[in-house]
Amino acid sequence: MAPWLARASSQLARRAARRLLSAPPPSQHRLCPPGPWLLSSAPPVLGTSPLPAAGSGDSRGFCSVRRFTGESSAAAAAAVEEAENGLVAVGGDQAVDFPGGKVSFVAEMNFLPESQKERINCYRVLDDDGRTISGSRFQEVSKELALKMYSEMVTLQVMDTIFFEAQRQGRISFYITSHGEEAINIASAAALTIDDIVLPQYREPGVLLWRGFTLQEFANQCFGNKLDNGKGRQMPIHYGSNRLNYFTVSSPIATQLPHAVGAAYSLKMDKKDACAVTYVGDGGTSEGDFHAALNFAAVMEAPVIFFCRNNGWAISTPTSEQFRSDGAVIRGQAYGMRSIRVDGNDALAVYTAVHAAREMAIKEGRPILVEALTYRVGHHSTSDDSTKYRPVDEIEHWRTARDPISRYRKWVQGNGWWCDADESELRNNVRQELLKAIQVAERMPKPPLAELFTDVYDEIPSNLREQERLLRDTIKKHPADYPADVHI
Amino acid sequence: MLGAARRQLGSGPMLGQVLRRLRPPAAEAARAYSAAAKEMTVREALNSALDEEMSADPSVFLMGEEVGEYQGAYKISKGLLDKYGPDRVLDTPITEAGFTGIAVGAAYQGLRPVVEFMTFNFSMQAIDHIINSAAKSNYMSAGQISVPIVFRGPNGAAAGVGAQHSQCYAAWYAHVPGLKVLAPYSAEDARGLLKAAIRDPDPVVFLENELLYGESFPISAEVLDSSFSLPIGKAKIEREGKDVTITAYSKMVGFALQAAEILSKEGISAEVINLRSIRPLDRAAINASVRKTNRLVTIEESFPQHGIGAEICMSVVEESFEYLDAPVERIAGADVPMPYAANLERMAVPQVDDIVRAAKRACYRAVPMAATA
Repeated sequence: MAPWLARASSQLARRAARRLLSAPPPSQHRLCPPGPWLLSSAPPVLGTSPLPAAGSGDSRGFCSVRRFTGESSAAAAAAVEEAENGLVAVGGDQAVDFPGGKVSFVAEMNFLPESQKERINCYRVLDDDGRTISGSRFQEVSKELALKMYSEMVTLQVMDTIFFEAQRQGRISFYITSHGEEAINIASAAALTIDDIVLPQYREPGVLLWRGFTLQEFANQCFGNKLDNGKGRQMPIHYGSNRLNYFTVSSPIATQLPHAVGAAYSLKMDKKDACAVTYVGDGGTSEGDFHAALNFAAVMEAPVIFFCRNNGWAISTPTSEQFRSDGAVIRGQAYGMRSIRVDGNDALAVYTAVHAAREMAIKEGRPILVEALTYRVGHHSTSDDSTKYRPVDEIEHWRTARDPISRYRKWVQGNGWWCDADESELRNNVRQELLKAIQVAERMPKPPLAELFTDVYDEIPSNLREQERLLRDTIKKHPADYPADVHI
Repeated sequence: MLGAARRQLGSGPMLGQVLRRLRPPAAEAARAYSAAAKEMTVREALNSALDEEMSADPSVFLMGEEVGEYQGAYKISKGLLDKYGPDRVLDTPITEAGFTGIAVGAAYQGLRPVVEFMTFNFSMQAIDHIINSAAKSNYMSAGQISVPIVFRGPNGAAAGVGAQHSQCYAAWYAHVPGLKVLAPYSAEDARGLLKAAIRDPDPVVFLENELLYGESFPISAEVLDSSFSLPIGKAKIEREGKDVTITAYSKMVGFALQAAEILSKEGISAEVINLRSIRPLDRAAINASVRKTNRLVTIEESFPQHGIGAEICMSVVEESFEYLDAPVERIAGADVPMPYAANLERMAVPQVDDIVRAAKRACYRAVPMAATA
């Protein structure tokens, strides 16, 4: 036995001893002392029972079986029950009861391959022409819901186009579009309830739109005026709304993932009929926070949906340079978590998958990983020109042939629920409403000076009050030297 | 004496166990408390504060590595798992960034997590969540997301545990608006400040000291009352004096008190200020004291550059410069990562003698170099 193995097994033995307290203590006359912790099939020697501390009075053990009451703990308990038998013959080979379950021994040395022969398949409902694939099963969508989904997808697209232009005109400092990911945004939001907590990355404004954030509210945030929910403190697109259970966007990539697990844990403790939903891009899955969040969520049995928007590009880094795994979906299993790959440009597939994920997350108290395959049709942000690092044909192909909005429109129109006249009316209305919202937001005064100092703490501390007083005094003394647009 | 005690420990001690044994005898001797007074260790103070706050508010929960089954690497969470169950005393996988992020998320959603770092050195792996998420979210969300969370654990130099277990992070966290930073010294501090931290609506970094866990302090009935808490942002005058002000926090308060005792025998009356709160800093108390004594010595265990002493000095220069009769003396740890060897380690952190000498310099008393060895 290698020294580390011996060390490991004696450690396990100690822990097992504590855990197996309820079982009768090992008999000295037993020929075969409980040996599941000895990873060797050599006959054990009398008197070297690896259970020295049985009866120490500490019933808590390694697996903490009592800690969770879900399925996995039941399985662990079963494993403990059988552990006493030690080595078990399985089809001629031997097995060991190792924490986590039975492991078979085999004579052949096999490394796991680096990948499966075939990539994980992708769930889809609508084909490229917007017809349901024969045999496809999906969550039924009423006419009313279907049309709301469609009009919100169009609204998001128009909003992105106009805000992008506003940035190009120098009216706002920054913007990020969701072009190409409208189905992900709207369909995933539609499958949730307002009680579900959303912890977004930054390419999911459609979720907020779906929940009732008005175009005026979007504009107020982007222009950082005094009506902005965030009091003008965050750069554009960092929306947040308590009212709509949508947490303020966090710029560092993937921090929202562990936050979501914490929020989900809170929902679980409060026994709420709701889950947390968090979004991340393909690039974000490389962050340590991705690992931490998925691992903890599985262990804590937190009702959280991890929604990975695999759009092929993390700014200029293609997924081939981001990871060598089969995307994000494959990793769910490694963390002990159910996962699904879905066509992110198929609104019905996204809706159905998230709907089912939500049911499982809440009813069974478990995390679910959803990976949606899509394409970032727009630039990463207004600070980026993606034609410098990817072929224009590729972008065009996804923008036209694989556009999620036109595909969904074909289905809606095929049902007789939509016509060209409706389309132009909708687009025209949204455009008018947005242009008006931008005008209002632009003319609205910026936040007053006092807001510079609020919310650093729950109550303003004395040093900040002092700073504010000094600032006001100085402005009063030298009014000409201070910008007139700061309301004092 | 402390050095001698450390040397007896030999090499490679197990952190928690050894350090409980290590009660600096000098610190004990320096205090002359009534034998009749009730005493409590800092460990018991922290444990009881956690217990009472968890009992009072079901949204308070504790998470960290080894806090449950193992009852904490330093046994601060002793008995809590049995009392409050595994939903509220969470053993976590070993990912500081993970459990800190999760706790921040839970705080966003209305719970009041207490996160234990096995040592604050390990909080470096989670600092993004502490600074970018916990400290800034209330401001960034314009008050929509408050983050009532406590990050706690041992901070600063322990004994014989080297550079990666021995750093003081007071200045690091005190740099950041949005955070509150507390550093208790006594059992009373530990109880009162931890309770205040847990009840506070803002994120609080709570810097304990491993070497103080096992120290006993007299404790009054008022402090033992479950409703007790201390105000955040207020320093405590541990000892009144008129000739020189000594500011200190955490373990260095004990050293400052010992130094004051020695100084008193030489006719120097030192006022010792226990900062208790690093951010907000009680500038009013510090300046009032300096305006009385006209001399200032700052003590900290951490590195000197951009440290707590520098900030205190600046506050006095800004507000009370004309009251100063002598240059401000700053005593801090050596500007090197903590060495392991006991002799070098002792040289790298302030000792009582250093404080005595600095106070004498501030009072223009001759300090013969021979006496400094």
